[in-house]
Amino acid sequence: MMRVYEKLLFEISKEGRKAYSLPATGVPSVELSSAIAPELLRKEDAQLPELCEVDVVRHYTGLSNKNYGVDTGFYPLGSCTMKYNPKINEDAASVPGMSRLHPYQPDSTLQGTLRMMHELSDMLAEIAGMDSVTLQPAAGAHGELLGLFLIKAYHQHNNDFKRTKIIVPDSAHGTNPATAAVAGFDIVEIESEADGSVNVEALKAALSDEVAGFMLTNPSTLGLFEKSIKEIAELVHEAGGLLYYDGANMNAIMGKTRPGDMGFDVMHYNLHKTFSTPHGGGGPGAGPVGVKKFLEPFLPKPVVSLKDGKYFMDYDRPLSIGKIKGFYGNYGILLRAYTYIKTMGREGIKEVSETAVLNANYMMHRLKKDFDLPMDRLCKHEFVLAGVKENGMVVSTLDVAKRLLDYGYHPPTIYFPLIVHEAIMVEPTETESKETLDEFCDAMIKIAHEAIESPELLKDAPHGTPVRRINEAKAARDLILTYKDSLKG
Amino acid sequence: MHKFIANTEQDRQDMLKVIGAPSIESLFFDIPENLRFTGELNLEPGYSEIEMMDKLQQLSCLNKSIDQLVCFRGAGAYDHYIPTTIKHLAGRSEFFTAYTPYQPEISQGTLQVIFEYQSMLCELTGMDASNASMYDGPTAAVEAAIMAATIKRKKKIVVSKGLNPEARSVMKTYFHFRDFEMVEVELENGKTNPETLRAAMCPNCAGVIIQSPNFLGVVEDMHALGAVAKETKSVYIAYVDPISLAVLETPGNYGADIVIGEGQGLGNVINFGGPYLGFLATRSEHVRKIPGRIVGQSEDVDGKRAFVLTLQAREQHIRRFKATSNICSNQGLNVLMGSIYMATMGKEGLKEVAKQCFDKAQYAYDKLIATGKFKPAFEGRSFFKEFALVSDVPFEKIDQYLIDNGFLGGFSLAEDYGIEGGHLFCVTEKRSKAEIDRLCSMLEVM
Repeated sequence: MMRVYEKLLFEISKEGRKAYSLPATGVPSVELSSAIAPELLRKEDAQLPELCEVDVVRHYTGLSNKNYGVDTGFYPLGSCTMKYNPKINEDAASVPGMSRLHPYQPDSTLQGTLRMMHELSDMLAEIAGMDSVTLQPAAGAHGELLGLFLIKAYHQHNNDFKRTKIIVPDSAHGTNPATAAVAGFDIVEIESEADGSVNVEALKAALSDEVAGFMLTNPSTLGLFEKSIKEIAELVHEAGGLLYYDGANMNAIMGKTRPGDMGFDVMHYNLHKTFSTPHGGGGPGAGPVGVKKFLEPFLPKPVVSLKDGKYFMDYDRPLSIGKIKGFYGNYGILLRAYTYIKTMGREGIKEVSETAVLNANYMMHRLKKDFDLPMDRLCKHEFVLAGVKENGMVVSTLDVAKRLLDYGYHPPTIYFPLIVHEAIMVEPTETESKETLDEFCDAMIKIAHEAIESPELLKDAPHGTPVRRINEAKAARDLILTYKDSLKG
Repeated sequence: MHKFIANTEQDRQDMLKVIGAPSIESLFFDIPENLRFTGELNLEPGYSEIEMMDKLQQLSCLNKSIDQLVCFRGAGAYDHYIPTTIKHLAGRSEFFTAYTPYQPEISQGTLQVIFEYQSMLCELTGMDASNASMYDGPTAAVEAAIMAATIKRKKKIVVSKGLNPEARSVMKTYFHFRDFEMVEVELENGKTNPETLRAAMCPNCAGVIIQSPNFLGVVEDMHALGAVAKETKSVYIAYVDPISLAVLETPGNYGADIVIGEGQGLGNVINFGGPYLGFLATRSEHVRKIPGRIVGQSEDVDGKRAFVLTLQAREQHIRRFKATSNICSNQGLNVLMGSIYMATMGKEGLKEVAKQCFDKAQYAYDKLIATGKFKPAFEGRSFFKEFALVSDVPFEKIDQYLIDNGFLGGFSLAEDYGIEGGHLFCVTEKRSKAEIDRLCSMLEVM
């Protein structure tokens, strides 16, 4: 049995220890107060820990053992596309000649890097059927925000200032309405059909000359393909609005259909989902934005362009909305996604979506006997269950999720989408084998039986994790946000 | 089959049988026929591992990295020393292949890392609470401005021109679309004058943003500027270099209400500008206005110490269209690297780094002026690790000459500050005396 590591950095600190080594300066030491006014100098040291290198290594290794990543095991987290993160991506991102670059070097010293970015933009555009792609946004939500800025810039450029509304379905990812609000729009939320698809009548009723655009993901958050998408696109365009594609669910459709062909005008990609870059425990991600030709002039500066065989950062973009992030985007993430697309190639990319959809449909069929499946039909890369069948609501979806931890799995996404009661959203991704899917389904089915035979097992779960269920109300009530807070007791 | 896809042909057939579908193709019959993509994507065939690494090597040969060019350029992205512990520990895939810690029972590693990061960042800044990081310094500036606007219910932010031009340009974009107003305060001899700031203030101002050391390297009079913010009842926002805080006064002690900045210098690879981490910390009275994720300490059902994401009611996935920020991620991996950095350097190490930057910058300043090619851009100003010099020789000429001789020299101040022939030099602890001497003798003979 391995010991579970319990200490904080500050609790292992000991005065006089050090974990770093710096060379002697070689230059004269200048008294700080001789050059900087004393009131601008620090009086008391920052109480950072004092450790030796072994302390640091054991500490973080101990912490890592209390974490669960894709490399640890199956991670069927719906809408998050927790696929395997190929090791070569990490090697790619640490090639010194590609990563030890200052963002303000002259273009002449960056030809390899600019070429990579140019190629990546082109490949992403091709996969989604868009005309142009900017790599600047740092995350999906950031891409959404840029997308809505572009929509606003477009209408403003046409002197159309009354378009102040964005339509969002009630099944949308939480970021959609939040982004629309942050972008300064009023939000019109429309009810979805029971199957999560767009209620076309409700959409028609919401459309007007005050609508700037409509945000949609396809397949929907229920994992179902939006069949009326052509009609929806026509309706939105006829009303003078633009159609925004939330790329969170791209893993379902690569090489099979393209947002650009469906009629979307602007979209974001989630490189940390579809294109295998690691989630990093919460980031960094990258959320490039693709647009149709007519929106290209508004893209953020700079754009990587090619002229006479030389790549350059093009800042001469009079209609550009400006910058939305420092420098040029989460470059290290871009490098990984570039490597991923190159190593998958045109056949591999298609195989990704085919296998992701196969895996999801297979699991859905295996689980529907024991779990409620509100939408029993062909799904795409994910599907949504509505809790354990006929258990009289004794156990909740949360209990099922916590019990899965005892079986050594990261649970699926729960309570989302909001329109499904007790939702359990499962997304296996393409990188998981049939054996893995079977073992997980077996565990789920066993839990469904436990739910009826011994519900307390679920209620008290998890039992075997480093910590058990946590008092979240206490965390929010008695705020302890730093080590210093914790000492106040 | 591709090596990242596990299912064999036999598996596929077996699975299709369970589904009751005749073929893989049939799984896509719900896509209307006229929308199905039947062609071939215009991508190359997949590269093998050997081919891919060759390709990357070829691309890297078209670059000149800062391993080939000795780096004296900063301007918001720094070549600081990165302890070896970082690569090895942050490279543990239990950290980097994990999702956001929404299942705290199996995410205590990530959660504790963030808690410790928050603790150390508060130590550095003298603030009470920090979030789990933002995309980068410039977007942290935007979020701090919005936070000030929310606190004061006003839409105008006053910004010193000493604030990083990238941050100001990102703010301009956001502000344009949100009908916020930004007023820029001119510098005097490279520094913000409290009287000029006072003149720019008005009853509609929600907050003031001052960077120190400012973009031009000059240490600002943070007490005096803070006093102006206080008098005008504005939120005082300090944009700082975390390394400098080992020796410069804490924002907590000069009255800052919100402290933000770029955290790349804390052990993160320079990476052509990203991914980095923006930090944002504040006083306890504003804690519920902080954007982004925050980790708190609590206990589990057995009374054991445990960490968890807290105050989630502020966030987009709960508030949806009532949210004041749409941020959902944090720069988790960069926070991890920043934390390992602070843990490795510790109390003494960070001071030593800061002091070395300072000493070497002072040395280089004198030496560069002694070459006869430069004059100080701002006479008599205090600086930390960056300083501005002006030359009569055109910037491009010096820049290219230095590149040809293996140096990445200063950043041009012509575009952002209208200082023709202006160079912003940066000297970190990584630059040796020999490198500084070599740079100077190279310039001497130019």
